[in-house]
Amino acid sequence: MSSPNSRLPALAALALGLVAAATALVFFFAPLDADQGLSQKIFYFHVPIALTAYACFGWGAWKALLHLWKREPSADLESYVAIHQGVIFGALTLLTGSIWARASWGVWWTWSSNQLVLFLVLFLFYCAYFMLRFSVDPGPQRANFSAVYALFGVALIPVSFLAIRLASDFIHPTVFTSAGPQMSGNMFFTFCVCLAAMLSLAATLNAVELSGKRLDARLRELREALA
Amino acid sequence: MSYTRDVGALARKDFLLELRARDTLPAMLIFVIATLVVFHFALPAGSSDLASNGLLWVAILFTALLGLGRSFVPEREGGVLDGLVLAPCDRSAIWLAKSLAVLAFLGLVELVALPAFAIFFSGIDGTTIAAVVLADLGICAVGTFLAAMASAGRARELLLPLLFLPLAIPIVVGGVGASVVTNGGRYLAFLALYDAVFAIICWASFEYVVTE
Amino acid sequence: MSSGEKYVAAAYLVVFVGVLAYVLIIATKLARLEREVGELAELARRRKAESLG
Repeated sequence: MSSPNSRLPALAALALGLVAAATALVFFFAPLDADQGLSQKIFYFHVPIALTAYACFGWGAWKALLHLWKREPSADLESYVAIHQGVIFGALTLLTGSIWARASWGVWWTWSSNQLVLFLVLFLFYCAYFMLRFSVDPGPQRANFSAVYALFGVALIPVSFLAIRLASDFIHPTVFTSAGPQMSGNMFFTFCVCLAAMLSLAATLNAVELSGKRLDARLRELREALA
Repeated sequence: MSYTRDVGALARKDFLLELRARDTLPAMLIFVIATLVVFHFALPAGSSDLASNGLLWVAILFTALLGLGRSFVPEREGGVLDGLVLAPCDRSAIWLAKSLAVLAFLGLVELVALPAFAIFFSGIDGTTIAAVVLADLGICAVGTFLAAMASAGRARELLLPLLFLPLAIPIVVGGVGASVVTNGGRYLAFLALYDAVFAIICWASFEYVVTE
Repeated sequence: MSSGEKYVAAAYLVVFVGVLAYVLIIATKLARLEREVGELAELARRRKAESLG
């Protein structure tokens, strides 16, 4: 079995290359948006970060399913790390989204942006994941709880999305149009590179965190063997 | 069918326990009335009826949380849950029975709370009542499931609201929408969808919550 | 710098700082791991000395 750590430098190099390429493309290649001007450039990182967060939550839920279904030994840890990454990228989504809202519409937060509101709900949900995990002692029960809760999250994503869509009928009239900008070919290419960059960044951070946790476990084993 | 018999037996146990202890139901009743009074003082003059309608759902949600917080306490304290798990019944029956018990308690409380709300604030129409019924199903299904998980941990009174509230947001949307919007049919449909989706998930995965 | 430019810079700065904060946390963890490995190596050396001596 090839050690997962052997892939880590290659993954990090890929992330480095893609993020550098993405940033260069955003500032030197992508055309300036006619309506929003320079602040549109935030979109190139904000949306990929949001999509990456969803990908992390999805990956975490997949690992959770593997834990419950196939009883894979490492699945619980991988699920936890993936959801941890998702929360980090989720927080970054909310921060960059707030800055974008401020730049576009002059407010730090708007309830009319369905994506931001959905993210806030999910962010709260997955923060509670950590509260759940820290209040139960480590063991198979905690792994089961975490896995089931992660699966709840995946069900919550479409249900919340629908709820927020329905809520916009009676909460606020839609004052701001939150439709994404119409993308020309160059813009779309830049966007795709940014998406790949964020995904590879998340994968790298994921692998780094997993590696750290595995080291912790190994050291504990060693300590018990020597003591 | 022995499944329904198991569920019935377990639910009856919860009713009998409550009948003897008589602590959860009176507490929920007093809590919901007190909450409605607080809402009267929390709404400035000139607030619309719509605002008070929204607050009805807040009252229901937090009263349910109160009842849910206590729902697995007897099991955990007496070590009964291990015994139930060892019994040759489908584990999801434990969840279903407990949900039905909490549903019954919540329903009894709402029999008092809804008229009180109509008296204190504004009247409620049939759509609202239908929404309350549908929302109760979702609240009890999801809430009981989460209460079982929270009761296994350390800070269980703190944990249950944290786990429950994000999942309850769609219920609030559905409920308030049905109460407030003139043609609330699609909100009722949404509540039914929520109930179906999460009841199935809860039923299918309760096994993993109580076993290892 | 126009306000638009400031916001773009702020957004990218947030992401940059976020990733660097992660680097900081990893660095701290590495330092701790190094210390633990050192302690374990010392333990192993002592064990070996006892078993030979």
